[in-house]
Amino acid sequence: MVSKPHGGRLVRRLVADRTRERILSEQKEYPAIKIDHGRAIDLENIAHGVYSPLKGFLTSDDFQSVLDHMRLSDDTPWTIPIVLDINERTFDEGDAVLLYYGDLPIARMHVEEIYTYDKEEFAKKVFKTTDSAHPGVAKVYSMGKYLVGGEIELLNEVPNPFAKYTLRPVETRVLFKERGWKTIVAFQTRNVPHLGHEYVQKAALTFVDGLFINPVLGKKKKGDYKDEVIIKAYETLFEHYYPKDAATLATVRYEMRYAGPREAVHHAIMRKNFGATHFIVGRDHAGVGDYYGPYEAWDMFDNFPDLGITPMFIREAFYCRKCGGMVNAKICPHPEEFHVRISGTKLRKMIMAGEQPPEYMMRPEVYEVIRSFEKPFVE
Amino acid sequence: MADEKKYTTVSIPKPLYDKIKKRIEGTGFTSVSDYVTYVLREVLASLEEEEKEEVFTEEEEEKVKERLRALGYLD
Repeated sequence: MVSKPHGGRLVRRLVADRTRERILSEQKEYPAIKIDHGRAIDLENIAHGVYSPLKGFLTSDDFQSVLDHMRLSDDTPWTIPIVLDINERTFDEGDAVLLYYGDLPIARMHVEEIYTYDKEEFAKKVFKTTDSAHPGVAKVYSMGKYLVGGEIELLNEVPNPFAKYTLRPVETRVLFKERGWKTIVAFQTRNVPHLGHEYVQKAALTFVDGLFINPVLGKKKKGDYKDEVIIKAYETLFEHYYPKDAATLATVRYEMRYAGPREAVHHAIMRKNFGATHFIVGRDHAGVGDYYGPYEAWDMFDNFPDLGITPMFIREAFYCRKCGGMVNAKICPHPEEFHVRISGTKLRKMIMAGEQPPEYMMRPEVYEVIRSFEKPFVE
Repeated sequence: MADEKKYTTVSIPKPLYDKIKKRIEGTGFTSVSDYVTYVLREVLASLEEEEKEEVFTEEEEEKVKERLRALGYLD
């Protein structure tokens, strides 16, 4: 049986068509809040159960409990605060408000609480640093003065150029069931696949029924691969190198926080809601710069015996000239001089220079896909 | 801001307490309470794991299957 949703029940905060029409016809009567793309995506993830058991943005009890104990106030493991910030109080607790992304009303929110918070405390507890050079910390420092907590109901989907590839937890759960998979390992990625990724994924698949590759689409920085390149690269890899009855690909939209160990647990919880029973925790998972130790995220999972999804800790893979294949530090007896580490940055530089990476680094079919895009990188 | 998370006290036999205290020496657990909390969470989680629950109705499931077929995920 696939994983039970986190907190026991898959949350779905979608309104019936008639209710939706009524709310939209009365939209001018509601106070309006403009939200950015990241918050709109959070909303969608709440509404479709990716963030189960959250039914809305955190109230102060849950927020403080997440900061202090990495758990919601009912003791459910939860490591990343999912919050909505505002600068001015133009409505009161008890009001219903409409949340707009651009001109599009995305959701109705029942405001349970408006509260202040300490940004430094937020940064220190979640990111383990108050350094504004950390992108997650910088984001917190740019947030509004108040947080608004309360349940939401989704009115409109956020425009999604990759809707075809974006499956919701209710869909992946049916998919896994139909395929007869009882154990599923999920892999999170923001990159095109290289041989190191393939090794880790296939090593994990050896122990379970199915592999669920779940690329995160969303905000990118300059030099990152574009979303469509990542999708096409994986499709090609699947076509040529993956067992059709044991692997599937679907995307999720999510704004990275770069909170390292805490975020690794959050990523696992999201995949648990999709139905995965196992989750691959990478080296420096969700890290940035050198704020976290390379395997710090692995230790974090020790705090959550009740997480309900099994982390799989597979060491970074590299090519060993002596072994003649992909290995990791645990299984390779040869010294460093024989090892070729596969770095995403190095691969990007080679590709940008028009140089094809060797086959032990990247499948030629994947390289061809990248090359087929005139501009594969975010500019 | 919310109050600190509330804790409560439970009683366990003194010999068991002493046994646990000895057992956690040199581990990451800083107190018997921490260890007991850890064990109880593990036990509760494994019990909850056994309770099955339907996530959606048959009608919903059929609708989802149709979409999955249309997208090429199912034959």
